[in-house]
Amino acid sequence: MIEFELNGETVTSSSEPDTPLLWVIRDELNLKGTKFGCGIAQCGACTVRINGNATRSCVTPLSGIAGMSITTIEGLSSNAGKALQEAWVEEQVPQCGYCQSGQIMQAADLLEKNPSPSDDEITSAMTGNLCRCMAYKRIHRAVKVASGGEEA
Amino acid sequence: MATRDLIKNEKISRRSFIASSAGAGLMLSIGSVLPGCSSEDAAKDMASAGASKRFSPNMWIEIAGDGAIQINIPKAEMGQHVGTSLARIIADEMGANWDDISIDHADSDPKWGVLIPGQALGSVTGGSWSVFTSFAMISQAGAAARTILCETGAAMLGVEVGDCAVENSTVVAGDASVSFADIVRENDITRTLSDEELAALPMKAPADRKLIGRETKALDIPEKSTGTAKYGIDAEVEGMVYAHPLVPPTRYGSKINSIDDAAAKEIKGYQQTIELTDPSGWLQGWAVVIADDYPSAMKAAAAVNVDWSAGPTSGVTEEHLLAEGERLCKDKSAGAWFVNEGDVDAAQEAADASLSATYTTATALHFTLEPQNATVEVVDGTYHIHAGNQWHSLIIPTLAAALEVDESKIQIHQYYLGGGYGRRLVGDCMIPAALTAKAIGKPVKLVFQRDADSHFDCARSPSVQQMDASFDADGQLSGIEHGAAAGWPTGVMGPAFLGPGINDTGKWDSFSIAGSDHWYSLPNHRVRALRNGLVEQTFLPGWLRAVGPGWTSWAVESFMDEVAHHVGEDPLALRIALLDGAGKNAGDQHGAVGGANRLRAALEHVRDASGWGGDLPDGEGLGVAVCGGQQRDMATWVACVAHVAVDAASNAVKVKKIWQTIDCGTVVHPDGALAQAEGACLWGVSLALHEGTGFEGGRLKDTNLDSYTPLRMADTPDLEIHFMDSNEFPTGLGEPPLIPVAPAIANAIYAASGKRVREMPIRL
Repeated sequence: MIEFELNGETVTSSSEPDTPLLWVIRDELNLKGTKFGCGIAQCGACTVRINGNATRSCVTPLSGIAGMSITTIEGLSSNAGKALQEAWVEEQVPQCGYCQSGQIMQAADLLEKNPSPSDDEITSAMTGNLCRCMAYKRIHRAVKVASGGEEA
Repeated sequence: MATRDLIKNEKISRRSFIASSAGAGLMLSIGSVLPGCSSEDAAKDMASAGASKRFSPNMWIEIAGDGAIQINIPKAEMGQHVGTSLARIIADEMGANWDDISIDHADSDPKWGVLIPGQALGSVTGGSWSVFTSFAMISQAGAAARTILCETGAAMLGVEVGDCAVENSTVVAGDASVSFADIVRENDITRTLSDEELAALPMKAPADRKLIGRETKALDIPEKSTGTAKYGIDAEVEGMVYAHPLVPPTRYGSKINSIDDAAAKEIKGYQQTIELTDPSGWLQGWAVVIADDYPSAMKAAAAVNVDWSAGPTSGVTEEHLLAEGERLCKDKSAGAWFVNEGDVDAAQEAADASLSATYTTATALHFTLEPQNATVEVVDGTYHIHAGNQWHSLIIPTLAAALEVDESKIQIHQYYLGGGYGRRLVGDCMIPAALTAKAIGKPVKLVFQRDADSHFDCARSPSVQQMDASFDADGQLSGIEHGAAAGWPTGVMGPAFLGPGINDTGKWDSFSIAGSDHWYSLPNHRVRALRNGLVEQTFLPGWLRAVGPGWTSWAVESFMDEVAHHVGEDPLALRIALLDGAGKNAGDQHGAVGGANRLRAALEHVRDASGWGGDLPDGEGLGVAVCGGQQRDMATWVACVAHVAVDAASNAVKVKKIWQTIDCGTVVHPDGALAQAEGACLWGVSLALHEGTGFEGGRLKDTNLDSYTPLRMADTPDLEIHFMDSNEFPTGLGEPPLIPVAPAIANAIYAASGKRVREMPIRL
């Protein structure tokens, strides 16, 4: 049994230690907001925050997160997180929406470390997250709006 | 109020509108009454059971006793916010308050009647068709709902119908009013309207619209911003096991010699590996690994050794596929004539000069971010299949053949699609899931990992196109001959939909050749549609976003640029001259009113917006391309200019900006339309520069993001997209903005560097 904190609550998992965290979250702990995309940490759909760092959960083994604090889209309660979710609706970001949990978790990571990012800093932080619908303009704009930096 | 029946002599299987009180609410639906049933009987079914097996609704609306209005959308939601658009059309016409509206995406429950091919529940979500094909019908449904509510409300108020207005879910007559909620709660309504009566209903003038063309927020976006939207991959059923497919080395003809799962047996959670037998023939040489949970299934799948005999195409490479296309292009006797204006042969014989070029596109993947998956549970002999899908009625017959059950024993439950782009038109991921459930007698959730998803993709066929232009003694363009070769998706999956070639030249696949029948006036023009059989033997070519025009326009619009340079004209000015709206290009069709004149107007707009003809630094250039959308009878006019910089030392291409001017007629949901245009435009950039793969040893070379590399945010150009004001009939939008992007970029590269690129993806 491996114990860790998930969205502020202590949880335990009976999965094998090498099980990717993604599947523990989705199927064992039944939080479906975190998505499976490429399985090789290249798309970002599975992004969660581990001890405050955006991490690809599809390649993170359960054994590596014992005692750590995990935040998923369902537990995004910080001011920056809420501002992002509001901006996502205000700017009408999602199309199919499948990547958006990962996008928002990646953006939350950025804003909590850098509350007023420049345009280039937003692009640099977000370019690792694939949006197959290619809603990139709106993702960028929503991050900017959520940071309080108006965008034309 | 007493029940009133307006229909006395109902004919069979005709469109009707039915209103019937059900509980405290009212159900309103438009659809087809099936043979042997009257509209009245269907209305009674709807009233008593909330459904009818004798009535196949295209669309239905439920008004609850508290005034809440649910509009059921028989279309797949895959990012286009289709439910919002369709609901806005209905709500506007019926005079509903938008705040009362919610939407639900319908499933294929047999209670909704038989799936009639070509009708909404049995129909496709694709082709950029949803608004275009639904608009007239659901506007009528809205008008019928308004009429019935108004008449009933007028009776309650004791006033004449003509003295009433319907707005904000209320029937108003002077100072008196009654709400939709009160109307449906206090009346027993059963009404049917015939097709003729529907057609005679007064419709709102565009100036009176309250919702269409106004800004709104898409109804599906909040749950897609909180992680609560439910996709197929999120479905679960009680007692299910997890399955992982083992995809054979070739699409066709692979055979399993043996399966060795000794190593997998050491893996906790592993159950077994089974070979699938598929009576439909769709799956050939497949096995499935079964486990207690998905990570165990993934681990076990890597540990199972399958010894396959590969099929006959195991040596095929992308070069072979392209060589076959080139052979077909050069054989002037091959192919079905799709266009044959004037006399191309005579023009070529009389030509003073000629110009030829060959263009290719490489195999391209759908790469939906949600991998293919399906969850299957058998209840009382019915297969309940949980999966996001664009075309239920295409896959149900194949599923029935695979499972050896009647089609009525298959019910597909709809979910949000984690990307469609045409991939989920083909619901073949349901086959291995359902066969596994049948074989082991348990519910099954089957999920593809990415490599398997890509290998099983119905990828966009590689293509080869040859263009031959002739010029007369005055140096004027006198004719173009165009050969276009690819594997035909519809040829394989829907041969009944192939069209007849001119002069008995065989058949063509409009989803593989549309776009070549462009809107330029050419005195002599021939298009040959060429079917690449080697592609179809090697894999299943599919419909990828923008479909035929997505690659035929690569040749049409690149070559138009080459022709312009050959005759020494400005490429944009030459296009304007050829878009004269003469003859067949006048556009007398319902979905193409105005014809080439509207495309010319869009082109003139984008010319001015982009500053065409202005000075640019060395190594930078503008390129132009246009298109008429997905098909000539549903024209979406798109004019595009790309601004590109080419680094002289490294040859690196940077797309700096793209301008598009779009005329799709009435825009129902303006911000949604813009979002679709932005996404489609960037898809165009991605296919032009960042995607593309090929076959090697009969299999795809690139199956995951380590080597298949769609556009990312850092490479995204600036976009400036303008929609022309129009009250014309709405046409499609989800795909057309993609079409002109790649040739506009290629033409800009030529302007910037003098290098002509004819292969896509573009590699300088």
